[in-house]
Amino acid sequence: MNSVRLYFIFFLMHLKSMMQHKVSFFITLIGQFLISFNVFLGVYFMMTRFHQVNGFSYSEVLLCFSITLMAFTLAETVFRSLDTFETIIGNGEFDRILLRPKNSLFLVLCSKVDLTRFGRLIQAVVMLVYGICYSSINWTPLRCILVVLMILGGVCVFGAIYLIFACLCFFTLEGLEFMNVFTDGAREYGKYPIGIYGKTVLFICTYLVPFALFQYYPFLYLTGKSDNLWYSLLPLFSALFLIPAFLLWKLGLRHYQSTGS
Amino acid sequence: MKKYWSFFRIRFIRGLQYRTAALSGMVTQFVWGSMEILLFRAFYQASPESFPMTFEALSTYVWLQQAFLALYMVWFWESELFNSITTGDVAYELCRPVRLYDMWFVRGLAVRLSKAVLRCMPILIFSWFLPAPYGLTLPGDVKIWAVTILSMTLGLLLIVAFNMIVYMSVFYTVSSQGIKLFVTSLAEFLSGSVIPLPFLPDHVRTIVELLPFASAQNVPFRIFAGDITGPDLTISILKQTFWLFAFVLIGRYLEKRALKRVVIQGG
Amino acid sequence: MIQVEHMNKTFKVTRRSAGFSNAVKALIHKETDTIHALSDISFSIGDGEMVGYIGPNGAGKSSTIKILSGILTPDHGSCLINGRIPWKDRREHVKDIGVVFGQRTQLWWDVPVIDSFELLRDIYEIPRNQYLTTLEELIDLLALEEIIKTPARQLSLGQRMRCEIAASLLHTPKILFLDEPTIGLDAVSKLAVRDFIRKLNRIHKTTVLLTTHDMQDIDALADRVLLIGKGRLLLDGTLSDLKSRCEPPCATLDEIVASLYREFQI
Repeated sequence: MNSVRLYFIFFLMHLKSMMQHKVSFFITLIGQFLISFNVFLGVYFMMTRFHQVNGFSYSEVLLCFSITLMAFTLAETVFRSLDTFETIIGNGEFDRILLRPKNSLFLVLCSKVDLTRFGRLIQAVVMLVYGICYSSINWTPLRCILVVLMILGGVCVFGAIYLIFACLCFFTLEGLEFMNVFTDGAREYGKYPIGIYGKTVLFICTYLVPFALFQYYPFLYLTGKSDNLWYSLLPLFSALFLIPAFLLWKLGLRHYQSTGS
Repeated sequence: MKKYWSFFRIRFIRGLQYRTAALSGMVTQFVWGSMEILLFRAFYQASPESFPMTFEALSTYVWLQQAFLALYMVWFWESELFNSITTGDVAYELCRPVRLYDMWFVRGLAVRLSKAVLRCMPILIFSWFLPAPYGLTLPGDVKIWAVTILSMTLGLLLIVAFNMIVYMSVFYTVSSQGIKLFVTSLAEFLSGSVIPLPFLPDHVRTIVELLPFASAQNVPFRIFAGDITGPDLTISILKQTFWLFAFVLIGRYLEKRALKRVVIQGG
Repeated sequence: MIQVEHMNKTFKVTRRSAGFSNAVKALIHKETDTIHALSDISFSIGDGEMVGYIGPNGAGKSSTIKILSGILTPDHGSCLINGRIPWKDRREHVKDIGVVFGQRTQLWWDVPVIDSFELLRDIYEIPRNQYLTTLEELIDLLALEEIIKTPARQLSLGQRMRCEIAASLLHTPKILFLDEPTIGLDAVSKLAVRDFIRKLNRIHKTTVLLTTHDMQDIDALADRVLLIGKGRLLLDGTLSDLKSRCEPPCATLDEIVASLYREFQI
């Protein structure tokens, strides 16, 4: 409970700092919105031309897009510090964090809360509402809960990827741009249900990086394309991805403490 | 001319130094290209008759886009230049015996080319080996190659000229960040980097193709892919030339006016 | 009580050579150099002592500070501070120490300094009454009254350093590590900082370990000096000991160090 309170205090500090640069804050907010609005335009024009893809209708695709985008945006808001971990190590901020009598990972997460991503969140909410209203999904209580679970599962998976990225920063600071494939790439291509990219991609996204566990399989159940009730539990399993990521963090931290670089 | 060449060389060599970043970027672009093609394959299977170009042409377009990303992406801004204007450091640049517009233009070219040179070949070769229709299809006609290179050059110059207009506009406004973000996202979509322009509905497409951004990557990649042929090809090249001249003229006009103001205000 | 015995620390540094072929080679096999940051360092510092820790750049000063603060683990040797091993018991240990890095800031750039202080109160879970008493004392001794409601970015370097020191002392640590606390400060601020550290030591018996390149800092603050060079402890004694080691009598620290380097042939 104490940690929650402390996080909230940090959150207020970030808010205060940001309000010192209101203009810049709002411009970035709008910019974030515009960039992902482009992606929406792409989806819109493709779906008006083709009407369906792999049996998914326009409103279903929007629903899927909004779930991925929302999970990614929430994760980016909360885990932004891990995404910029190389600077936290580079400028000595991490040493300062190690001087505090609290869990270091927790303090790293506290050190940055990026509220400019809310521009994108607004878009995700609008699409979610549209998708819920216009798709022909038979809404049961389970399906409503499932949407929430999918988003939370997604936050966990993206969070784990950010954590892995941060762990790699303990070992090297070079050439880590390829990690974008898993973050920006997943956001970019997670706009459609992962199954449409074919078997290989689905395999990778099931067993290697569990994107499909919170996105594709539960979405099949959500849209009634599959009756397999197990699919609705998969978002919970996707959250397990945090465990290896966390173990890697422990390893990275130990490495950092023995090399100090 | 010689000083611009040496300036170009310095920037170019500097750009070549980030090898690990280039390798990493290449991996990213391979994945990006593959995902893009798999995505279009799904749409192709959904309704082949709605596909506005051949699948080979689409694949070629996507791979060229990934290989030459650095040449045509609007968002390769150099924050150094923005900063030098907002902080007033630009005054130092004015002390040199070269024209600001030309120097920054050359700099923009060098940065983009050095990035592209490292990354393009492996992507092109790799995609050339991919099985049809997912790989790069090379045109048999030598003329097409020549026209593509001409058109690519025009497109690159156009994008750099566009960047110059935005840099110059910073002299006139307080918030460069706002313009940058807005203009970037608009130009990205209109140039066909989100989805190729033929996939737009016909009435939208007619308008978009008249706009300057359609003259950047859209034209050379589609010429190479065999999607623009005959009289359309000539018209497209003419449009590219027209917009290039327009952008350069606008940029140089803005520069002249801006520098006058800088001189009057004393930097 | 700080007890350090036979402490060793080595780092591996990748060797970089120019040229394209070497860069390609480096992708497959990285050649590394081993650097002995600390070799066989032993010393002990009693409660309430003020010790100057000096030596040229790269001598191993910050490695020592990092090990003593629990950020870094040594390869060999033992280190016991108030009965704890810093890196094993890090979270308990850091409650007892305060660290000031002269070239870095722990204050929030855009919010008033007092807000940063209150956040630290919550991080260290300092009881309300204790916090208020400490804060009042620090405001008084460091003359912070005027500046505490100002955002850090608007403060001068000297003002910021005073706030920085206060921030490191809010949890009333028994031991204070100062890493170049007077670097870049003007004369008035330097004097204020030195004066405060002396008072702090007198009133609270705070143990102070201070690294610096400024001889006057040592003159004003340290009863005892540890001189370190190339990872080895060259001298442990008073300032006059240090000066007397130099022939002919030299004025600056640099000359003394240089002369000791010649003496120890490193």
